[in-house]
Amino acid sequence: MLEDLLKKGGLAVNIAVLLKQTPDTESVIRIAGDGKSIVTDDLKWIINPYDEFAVEVALRLKEKHGGSVVIVSWGPQRVVESIRTALAMGADSGVLIDDEALEGSDSLGVAKALAAAVQELNPDIVLCGSRAVDYDEGQRGAMVAELLGWPHLALGVAVDSDGSKVQIDRPIEGGKVAAEADLPAVATLGGSHAVWNPRYASLPGIMKAKKKPLANKKLADLGVDPSECGAGAAKIRVTALEMPPERAAGRIINGDLDTAGKARELVRALHEEAKVI
Amino acid sequence: MSKCVCMIAEFRGGNFRRVSFEVASEGKRIADSLGLSLCGIAVGSGVADKAADLGRYGVDKVFVADDPALENYVAEAYVPVVAEIVAKCDPAVIVLPASVDGKDLGARLAGRLQAGLAQDCTEVVCENGAVKAKRPIFAGKCFAWCEWAEGALPVISCRPNVMDCFAPMEDKRAEIEKVDVSIPAARSRVTGVDLDTSGKVELTEAEIIISGGRGMKGPENYALIEELAGLLGAAVGASRAAVDSGWRPHSDQVGQTGKVVNPNLYIAVGISGAIQHLAGMGSSKFIVAVNKDPEAPIFSKADYGIVEDLFSFIPAFKEEVEKHKSTCS
Repeated sequence: MLEDLLKKGGLAVNIAVLLKQTPDTESVIRIAGDGKSIVTDDLKWIINPYDEFAVEVALRLKEKHGGSVVIVSWGPQRVVESIRTALAMGADSGVLIDDEALEGSDSLGVAKALAAAVQELNPDIVLCGSRAVDYDEGQRGAMVAELLGWPHLALGVAVDSDGSKVQIDRPIEGGKVAAEADLPAVATLGGSHAVWNPRYASLPGIMKAKKKPLANKKLADLGVDPSECGAGAAKIRVTALEMPPERAAGRIINGDLDTAGKARELVRALHEEAKVI
Repeated sequence: MSKCVCMIAEFRGGNFRRVSFEVASEGKRIADSLGLSLCGIAVGSGVADKAADLGRYGVDKVFVADDPALENYVAEAYVPVVAEIVAKCDPAVIVLPASVDGKDLGARLAGRLQAGLAQDCTEVVCENGAVKAKRPIFAGKCFAWCEWAEGALPVISCRPNVMDCFAPMEDKRAEIEKVDVSIPAARSRVTGVDLDTSGKVELTEAEIIISGGRGMKGPENYALIEELAGLLGAAVGASRAAVDSGWRPHSDQVGQTGKVVNPNLYIAVGISGAIQHLAGMGSSKFIVAVNKDPEAPIFSKADYGIVEDLFSFIPAFKEEVEKHKSTCS
């Protein structure tokens, strides 16, 4: 009630965070037998770090203005754990689109499902990572904005909102840009752990999270035709994975050389062998 | 009109960014393989005067949208303009830079065109009249080959510094077609631009990078590698450990949650080589590691390893580089 009143005064912001579950960044990646997917058996799953930054930004905006934070994710039931983690950080509710029709979707297919979920939730701001540390498609936020017909701002390393607009600072090659968008709008997050320092879930937070609402949805629940966003509709697909070329064993420059001798030998090697200086 | 390959140039501060020429060159290679012409799309303020230059890199015809309202990149304003031109030239393939703005433009454009986008590609090949693109995933721990469904429009953003750029054909000029664009009233805008004029080299575009890690022991010691970087015309990077400690800005971070870089020479100083850092710099052409711990994982990736305390080695190395420079010049 109070939140609604605040909202009419242009203060409270309702935020949806699009969250992807990804393998931990410390994971060793191995190619599966089919040659086009990765071995997932022994992976540790985490919230995509850039989406975790989005959760942090959403919670800060909520603390400042009031409003609510809903987590929207997709994937199998293992994703519930990541949504619960975000709820334990302080988000209010979650939606998981768990529909096997999304297996083999491309970014556009996933964006269609996410856009439909967002439309139903009707938030003021949608936040998500500018990229995911797994497949790094780098498309979700901008595509969802396009499908919704909303403005979007990408790669924020500082984000603020006064309830009617959202503002970001965005690094570009050799400089930075400040930009703003009228709400409703999508903003994607860049930066790093050092920039956002996302909060840990507290023990009381973890207890509370267990009781927070988490809805499982099928595409049909969102009014999305699975044939429009599943594998059959994918415009692009991965047909093969390959490991990066093994680097030839390098050379430790030592011998009986002293420090100056090693430095001289390195300069010689970089100039004559590598031809890079 | 017959189909073409279409490249999107990036124009900032009165000039095309170099990656535009790499993309034009790659576009030309694709166009030749597919037996198509190469069109360009140039959007910006004041871009009309420069657009013909794209011809030097193989672009046959450039569609130009030149308007003061397009001075700064705003996705909401640029995408409809680009989409309108795309509809005019009916491309079989679109290539564009995987720069900060290019990746964003590509994503929103692919949403509008209902196209398939492959970001940050490092290789494009043509087989039986179709394109295939290779792109790093898991920050370079693995690579994915992507193919497009029958009838889908491939949109390919090309990672800067990777695609070979043609030597410019000085006398070649592209044909220009100015397009009257209707720029929609955008609900988003740029409110400030702050370009670094210090001449600092951007990490993702640098030919040489020197990165410092936990072994640097504190922010004050980065002057050591900054001096060396100045001498070599290099950019300075950092490991996550150094950034998390607050020694360096996050924009310097190299790794899976930072920037993925691919310079000719990467010098890792006091960096042990955590897997997430190796992912971000493993595709560098030459890697030098300086670390006093001979067991540091970074040595397994290094072409040249120096097992030595960085505080004694880097000054000695700098001195040798100075000598080398003076004999070369």
